[in-house]
Amino acid sequence: MSDVALGTTATRTDQVRLSGRLLRGKHPTRRRKRFSGRVLFLLPAVIYLLALFVYPIVYNILLSVRQSSVIVFVRNTGGFVGLTNYHMAVTNPVLPGVLYDTAIFMAGSIVVQFSLGFLIALFFTRRFPLNGFLRSLILVPWLLPGVVTGIILRMMFDPNIGMVNQVLTDVGLIHSPIEWFANGHLALLVVVLANIWVGIPFNMLLLHGGLQDIPKELYEAARVDGAGRVRIFRSITLPVMRPVIAVVLVLGFIYTLKAFDIVMIMTGGGPMNATQLLSTWAYTLSFYNLDFGQGAAIGTLMMLISLVCAFAYVRSYRAEIR
Amino acid sequence: MSHRRSHRRRLLVSGLNVAGALAIVGVMLIPLYWAVVTSLKTLPQSYATPTSLLPPSPTFSAYSQVLHTQGGSLLTSFIIAIGATVLSLLISVPAAYALANFRFRVTGLVTLSLLVAQTVPGIVLGTSFFKIFARIHLLNSYPGLIIADSTYCVPFAILVIRAFMIALPRDLLEAAQVDGATMLGCLLRIVIPLSRPAILSAALFSFLFAWGDFLFALTLSTSNAVEPMTLSIYSYLGQYTSQWPELMAAAVFAAIPSAILLVLVQQGIRGGIATAGLKG
Repeated sequence: MSDVALGTTATRTDQVRLSGRLLRGKHPTRRRKRFSGRVLFLLPAVIYLLALFVYPIVYNILLSVRQSSVIVFVRNTGGFVGLTNYHMAVTNPVLPGVLYDTAIFMAGSIVVQFSLGFLIALFFTRRFPLNGFLRSLILVPWLLPGVVTGIILRMMFDPNIGMVNQVLTDVGLIHSPIEWFANGHLALLVVVLANIWVGIPFNMLLLHGGLQDIPKELYEAARVDGAGRVRIFRSITLPVMRPVIAVVLVLGFIYTLKAFDIVMIMTGGGPMNATQLLSTWAYTLSFYNLDFGQGAAIGTLMMLISLVCAFAYVRSYRAEIR
Repeated sequence: MSHRRSHRRRLLVSGLNVAGALAIVGVMLIPLYWAVVTSLKTLPQSYATPTSLLPPSPTFSAYSQVLHTQGGSLLTSFIIAIGATVLSLLISVPAAYALANFRFRVTGLVTLSLLVAQTVPGIVLGTSFFKIFARIHLLNSYPGLIIADSTYCVPFAILVIRAFMIALPRDLLEAAQVDGATMLGCLLRIVIPLSRPAILSAALFSFLFAWGDFLFALTLSTSNAVEPMTLSIYSYLGQYTSQWPELMAAAVFAAIPSAILLVLVQQGIRGGIATAGLKG
């Protein structure tokens, strides 16, 4: 909600200041002309942000404090009901499961994709032929549309033709095909794995960039002093990489909270809401149950969560620039 | 002798490194390999057990089937992605120019809101867009999806292009202004040509974001009047869950822009792009 406050104050002071400057006529004509000319370059973007970010966010909050039911949906005349929708969403029996799924999904994705991404990034700091080419191939999963990722991995885990079951059978780990999407825990595991597959390249890309920027002299000096690999990693790599790591983790958090496509395609939130995340649940509430009030309430809560994270992001972004 | 031995040792090490890298790439790309193999099979072949790791008799019938039934969706996706890219650049390039070169009091605030804008969950925008677009008749329309999809691109594009423009040498602009060039002239004749790499990568990523959009296609469609590829794959999946060769052929088609982008910017993808932009 402060997200919106931030946006509106920004634009309001913006307008006040701009018009103030223009009307007061303090500046010589030529400067004033140049100033107003300059504003025209930025104006479309400001209007764009107001119309397509600030207004929809405010709209979402208004939706969340208005009455909503199928009848209201048809007539489009919901009255103000305060925090009723939030109360209904918070006491919704589905919510604890959704929070659990979201927590597992986010923690599992972020921890694994960061660790593996870091290991791969470290590996690719070695010098060998085809390094750049092979590294760019790893980016492919990250560049794919979420729908493509979702559908391909859904096939990989398909009980009948999926390669995963086949390999597990061949190795002798299982004797009959696993119904990955029929069991809630397994389905959650599968969507986490899918999200990790997309996240690894992204983490690898950013971390590798950071690793490349570490001056080689630092390592050489440490080696001269007789530091071992682990020592070098802990005393040089990690401290120097801290700002980059912060950016990667914050982006990972925001990105994972927003995740929607892959889960929607692979499981649709099922079976029995076992893979229902906040994002897919907000969608289900609004577009399946036509309860836009509750859906918007969940959306607003998501915005609050990511806003807290956005500030961390902005801070670490600035730290990285510095 | 010892020199030659150390040379050999180095060769061995770099050979092992390449092998390790190949293994990593291989593991990461297995799903893609499997998608392509499946797309080249016939339906019965896709269900044969044990599954063959190569298509027994490669056929493109799944592809021609997809072109036949979903070719329109590919075109729809293309139109929307081009539209969103053009719209995004029209807004982003001048804004990036202004943010890079002029100091308004709001400069910092606009930049901050661009960063915050990228953290807004798509489902929040999608829900509001649905209600707003319903009133102004933009549901099930090209303009509606183009506008909605551009929200993936604009904040990202402004930040990427601005970062590049800030790094351009100041003297060029000042010299041009001394020569009497207007600010618009500077932008068109000097800044845009010099910023081509950044504008191009912003354009490519914008295209990719809009092409891959599923959330807005799903929320802003109540009919199949305008059905992008992602949505048509989704509804196809709902109807024919077991038609894997065709689904995989559709996935391969939908992945083409990603492949092109990978080739085009293979050298160019740097951390900056990833930091400034959040996918989806």
